[in-house]
Amino acid sequence: MGRPLINVPAKVKRGQVFEIKTLISHIMETGFRYTTTGAQMPRDIVTAFSCSYNGEEIFRADLYPAISANPFLTFFTVATESGTLDFKWVGDNGFSETATAKIVVE
Amino acid sequence: MVPLREVVCRAAALAIVLAMAGSAYGTDIPLDQRRSGYADLSRDSKAMQDDDTINPATLWVLDGEALWSQKTGAVNRACADCHQDATVSMKGVAARYPAFSPARNAPINLEQRINLCRTEHQQAPPLAYESRDLLALTAYIGRQSRGIAIAPPDDKRLTPFIEEGRKLFTRRIGQIDMSCAQCHDDNWGKKLAGSLIPQAQPTGYPIYRLEWQSLGSLQRRLRNCMTGLRAEAYDYGAPENVNLELFLMWRARGLQIETPAVRP
Repeated sequence: MGRPLINVPAKVKRGQVFEIKTLISHIMETGFRYTTTGAQMPRDIVTAFSCSYNGEEIFRADLYPAISANPFLTFFTVATESGTLDFKWVGDNGFSETATAKIVVE
Repeated sequence: MVPLREVVCRAAALAIVLAMAGSAYGTDIPLDQRRSGYADLSRDSKAMQDDDTINPATLWVLDGEALWSQKTGAVNRACADCHQDATVSMKGVAARYPAFSPARNAPINLEQRINLCRTEHQQAPPLAYESRDLLALTAYIGRQSRGIAIAPPDDKRLTPFIEEGRKLFTRRIGQIDMSCAQCHDDNWGKKLAGSLIPQAQPTGYPIYRLEWQSLGSLQRRLRNCMTGLRAEAYDYGAPENVNLELFLMWRARGLQIETPAVRP
C-alpha cells in the first residue's frame, strides 16, 4: 500500500508546458488528535516531496500537518528532453516512497 | 440566570425542530425529481470524482485490483480463480446489491457477499468492516458498475425487508427525535446549518468523503447520520443497517452507479 499515482502526458512537444499530477496514499495524522482514552496520537505525515526531471530537481515541497490525507500535488514544467521524471516522498516514521514516469518529447 | 441570547438560540432551535417535525412520515420523492448528490457538488469536488488520477478513491480501487488476484485462505484461492476478469464478471453486480441470501434467509450487502466468499470458498477469515482490504475490494467491484443503473433484484423475498428499511427510514430516532425521511425526503435541497441536505441516494458507495479523509462504506455513512441524531447507531452488518441499505438502493432504482464517488 502507499502506491503513488502519477499522471503525465505520454508525449509532449518540445518547449511545451505540461502538467504533472501526483497522488499518494498516506493518512497524514496531524499529531494534534487524541484517542478516546486521552492518549495523543503521534504525528505521522509526509514531510517532503521532490520531483526531478532527468536528474535535475524541478519541484520541491515541504508538507505540514494541515495537508489533508492522501496528498495530491500538481505542478507544471517545460518539456526539454525525453527522459524520466523521478518522484520522491519522505515522511515520519521512516516513510519513503519513490516513483518514476517516462516522458517523450517530440 | 440564563443569558437572553441563549434563550433566543434555544427557542430558535426548538422552532426549527418543530417545523421539521410537521410530518413524521415523509412522502417519497417523485421519481423524476430524484438526483444524485453529485449534482450538488462544488466544481472542484466534481473534478475530483470525474478524473481517476485525481480521485483519491483510485488508491483503494488499485489495491482492490491487486487483492482480486491475490491467493488467500486455507485453499489458496484468489477471487480471480473463480470469477476470472472482474471487469467482465463483476459488471453490474454492485447495482443489484443488497440481494437475498437463501442461506441467511435475509438480504446481504456487497461487503457481506465478499466475506461469504472468503469464509466459504477461500476458507479465509472475514475482513473487518471499514478495513482497508474490504473497502478496497468493495470499491474495485463497485467500480465495474460505474454508469450502470441501480436495479434492485426483482425478488419477492426482498419485499418485507424493503418495508423494514422503509420503517427505519421514517421512524424518529435519537434525542433529536427525527427520522431520515424528514431531512432526505421532505427537506432535501434546503440547508442544515451551512450544509446542503442531499436526497441520500446511495449511488457512489464506498465513497471518498473529504470529511473522513478516507474511503468509507454506506453503513459508515448511515451510522454517521444516526450519531448526528444522537441515536445509538446500529452495529456494522446489523440487519437494520442492511435493510436500510436495501431500502435506499430500491429508492434510488434507475439512478446510475458512480462508485467510487467523492462527497464533502
